[in-house]
Amino acid sequence: MWVIYTLNGLYFAALLFLTSLGLNIILGVMGILNLAHGSLYAIGAFIAAWTIIQIVGKVPVFILFVSLLSGLVLAGIVGFLMEKSLIRAMYKRTLEYQLLLTFGALLLLEDVIKMIWGGQAYYASAPFELLGKVDILGHVYPIYFLFVMFITFLAGLFIWFFMGRTKLGIMLRAISLDREMATGLGLDIGRLSTFAFVLGSGLAGLAGALVVPTTPALLGIGMEPLILAFIVVVVGGLGSLKGALVGALLVGFTRSFGIAIIPEIELPLLFMIAGIILVVKPQGLFGR
Amino acid sequence: MVKNPRWVAYVLIFILLLFIPRLLSIHDLMLFEYGLTFAIVGLGFNLLLGYTGLLSFGHGAYFAVGAYTVGMIAKYFPGAYSLEILIPAALLFSLIISIIFGFLCVRHTKIFFSILALSLSMLLYALLFKLYHLTGGSDGLRVPLPTLLGISFKGIRRPEFLSGTYYYFLLVLFAISCVIMRGIVSSPFGKALQAIRDNEVRAELIGIRVRRYRLYAFIISGMFVGLGGALWSFVNGHVTADLSHWVFSGEIVYMTLLGGFGILEGPIIGAILFTYLKLYAMGNTQYWMFVIGATLIVLVLLLPNGVAGAIASLLAKLKRKTVKGTPC
Amino acid sequence: MLTIDNLKKHFGFVRAVDNVNMDIREGEIVSIIGTNGAGKTTLVNLISGYIKPDSGRILFLDNDITYASPYIRIKLGVGRSFQLIQLFGNITVLDNVRTALFSKYGMIRRGLLPADRYSSVTDEAIKILDNFNMSDKKDLTPTGLSEGDLKILDIAIAFALKSKLLLLDEPTSGVATNDKFKVMDSIVSAIKKEGISTLIIEHDMDIVSGYSDRVIVMHEGKIMAEGKPNEVMENKEVKATVFGIVS
Repeated sequence: MWVIYTLNGLYFAALLFLTSLGLNIILGVMGILNLAHGSLYAIGAFIAAWTIIQIVGKVPVFILFVSLLSGLVLAGIVGFLMEKSLIRAMYKRTLEYQLLLTFGALLLLEDVIKMIWGGQAYYASAPFELLGKVDILGHVYPIYFLFVMFITFLAGLFIWFFMGRTKLGIMLRAISLDREMATGLGLDIGRLSTFAFVLGSGLAGLAGALVVPTTPALLGIGMEPLILAFIVVVVGGLGSLKGALVGALLVGFTRSFGIAIIPEIELPLLFMIAGIILVVKPQGLFGR
Repeated sequence: MVKNPRWVAYVLIFILLLFIPRLLSIHDLMLFEYGLTFAIVGLGFNLLLGYTGLLSFGHGAYFAVGAYTVGMIAKYFPGAYSLEILIPAALLFSLIISIIFGFLCVRHTKIFFSILALSLSMLLYALLFKLYHLTGGSDGLRVPLPTLLGISFKGIRRPEFLSGTYYYFLLVLFAISCVIMRGIVSSPFGKALQAIRDNEVRAELIGIRVRRYRLYAFIISGMFVGLGGALWSFVNGHVTADLSHWVFSGEIVYMTLLGGFGILEGPIIGAILFTYLKLYAMGNTQYWMFVIGATLIVLVLLLPNGVAGAIASLLAKLKRKTVKGTPC
Repeated sequence: MLTIDNLKKHFGFVRAVDNVNMDIREGEIVSIIGTNGAGKTTLVNLISGYIKPDSGRILFLDNDITYASPYIRIKLGVGRSFQLIQLFGNITVLDNVRTALFSKYGMIRRGLLPADRYSSVTDEAIKILDNFNMSDKKDLTPTGLSEGDLKILDIAIAFALKSKLLLLDEPTSGVATNDKFKVMDSIVSAIKKEGISTLIIEHDMDIVSGYSDRVIVMHEGKIMAEGKPNEVMENKEVKATVFGIVS
C-alpha cells in the first residue's frame, strides 16, 4: 500500500505545486497576496468540466485532453481582466486594501461562477476513464494521476527554464528581488506585472482543470486548494521555486499518508508540521 | 471636570437605545442585536487593525471560540449554563486561544502574518468540522436560553427572551466594551500601539518591544471578538463551524473597513450597516456574495476611510469653511 | 562620557571604520565631517548599535557597549536621530514626544486611563516641545509640518529619551537653506540647556563652525584631523581632501 500512498502523495503535490507556484509568482513579482486565487482555480475547473461534457464522444480523444488547457486559458483571461481593473488601483495602496480588494473579487467571482454554471456538480470523468490503469510494483494505479504528474513536471520545467533563461523571466525575477531597482533599469513594471498575474492565474486554472476528471466541479471547489497553497507558500518560503516544490511535496505527502492513517488528523497534522517549521525558520524553509 | 460634548452625546445615545425594544418589531430587534454583537467584535478587531496596524483574516477563530464555549457548556455542563459563568468562560477561552495563535503570528511581518492568522483559523475550522462527536460537525451546536443569576427563562420563547432581559444585558456589555476600548485607545498603551503602527523601527528605538505589544493587542482584540461571538450565539440560537472560516473573518474585516478604521466609532457603524446590508442582499438575491463583493470593491476604491471616515472628513471640510468665512 | 578605542569595521574590502580613536566629553558638541563614504554614518551606526564592529571597544559612561543591543544602549542613554526622518505620522506632535516619555518611564503598560490624565508626563512633553519652539504645534500631526519642523520633531523624540549622548545624522539635510540656522538654534539651545553631549554628522560648514565645540575630520575610515572649527578648517590636508581646495 505504501506505493499507492506515495503515488497519491505525488499526485496531490503536483496539483498543489501548480497552484502555489501561481500564487508565489504573483506574490513574488507584485507583492500581492491574491485571495481570489482559489476562484481562478475554480474557474479553470468549471470551464474544463463543462467543455469536456459538451464535446465528449464527439471529438477525438486527443482533443479531449487538450480541452483541459481551456482551464489555463480562461483563468488567464480572468486574471488579465482582474489585473487591469482592480490590481492597478492597488499599487499605491497598502497591504490591507490589496487584501480587501482581492477578497471582494473572491466573493464576486464565486457568485459569477454560480451565475454562469449554476449550483450543480459537473462530472467530467472521461479523460480519467479513457487512460485506464497500469500495474506498478504489484498495485493497480490509474494512469490519469501519472498524466497529471507528467503535465506538472512539464509545467515546472517550463517555468524553471523560463525564469532562469529567458529575458522575460529574468526581468520578472529582477522585479521580485528589487522593484525599485528594476524600475531604475527601465523595465516596464506595468506590463510585466500584468504578465506575471496572468501567468500565475493561468497556473491556478490549469490545476483546477486537471482535477476535474477525478472530482466533480462544485461551488467552493477552490477554497481548500487556496488554503493549502497558503501553507505551501508559508512553509516553502516566499519567492522560491524550490520552496514551492518542497512545500508542495511536504503537504502532498502529509495529506496522502494522513488520510490513510487517520482521516481526521490530516489537516491538524499539516498545521502542526507547518507550525513547527515556522517556529524554527520564520521565513519558511527556503524563504528570503 | 469639563464634560466633553462627546460624552454627553454618548450618554444620550445610550438612553435612546434603552427604548429600542419598544420601537422595533421583534424581527428588527434581533437584527439590531446581531449588529450590537458585531459592533463589539468590530471594536476589538479594530484595536489590532486600526490602532496597531495588523490585518488578520483569521479573527473568526476567536468569534467561534466564544460561540462554541457557550455551545459546549450547554451540551456538556448544563448545570453551569448561566450567563455569569458563560461570559467569563468565553473570555477565558478566547484569551487562551489568542495567546497561542497570537504568539505564532506576531513573529511575522505583514503578509506572512495575514496568511498565518488565516490558516490558524482554518485549522480551528477543520477541527470543529471534523470532530463531530464533540462539536456537532457541520450541524453545529444548539444554544438554548441561559439562566442569569439564578433566574431561569424556561417557558418563554427566544424572541421574548431577546426582546426582554437579554437586550439590556447585551446593551450594558456593549456600553462597557465601548468604555473600556475608549480607555485603552487613549491610554499610554494605546499610544504605544499607534506608534508601532506608524513606524515600527522608531517604536523599537524608543524602547517599545514591538513584538510583545503586538501580542498584547492581538490578545485583547481576540477577547473582545470572543465576547461578541458568545453574545451572538444567544441571538442566533445555533453555532456552526463556519464561524471560524476565513470568509467569515473577511466579513469582520469588511465591516470594520465599511465603518472606517481610523476612528473609534467606525467599526460600530460599520457593524450595524453591514448587518443590514448583508440581510438586504441575502433577502433580495441569491447572488448576495456578488453584491457584498462588489460593494466592498467600490468601498475600497472610493471610500478608503470608510463611512465614518468619510463623514469625519466632510465635517472637517465644513468646519474649515465656516472658520474661513464665506467660501469663495 | 564616550570613549572609542581602535574601532574597526570592514565590509569586505571597504574599510568603513579603520582604527578610530575618539573621546567625547560631557556637554560637548562635536561635529564629524568628511567626504561621502568616509565612514561617518558607519561610525554612528556602530555607536548606536545598529551594527557591531569587527574589533575595538566602545565605552559609554564606563559601560562597555561594544556589542550591546540597541535596546540596552537606549536605556543607558544613547539616542539618535535619522537622516531620513523617522516619525510617527498619524499621531500628534505632542504624542510623538509624549509616547517616547511614556516608554522611557516604563508607563506604556498603563492601559485604562487616558494619556492626557498623566499630567506630569504631558507637561514634560510640552516643555520639551517648548525648548524646541514647537509647543504651538503640539496638536498637529506631522503631515501638516514643514521639513524643518519634522527634523526638529525627530530630534525632540530622541531628546525625550533623556539621552546623555545624542547622535544627530545630518540634522539639517533636506531643510531649506533659510531655515537651517533656525532649526539648529532650536536644537542647540535645547541641548545646551540639558548639558547633553552631542555628535553631529554634517556637511554644511557654516553649521559646523557655528555650533561645534570641536570638529573631527574623517577620511577613508580614519580620523584625519581634529580640533576647534577654525583650526581644522585651516588645515591644509583637510582643505585638500574635504573641500577640494589645493593651494
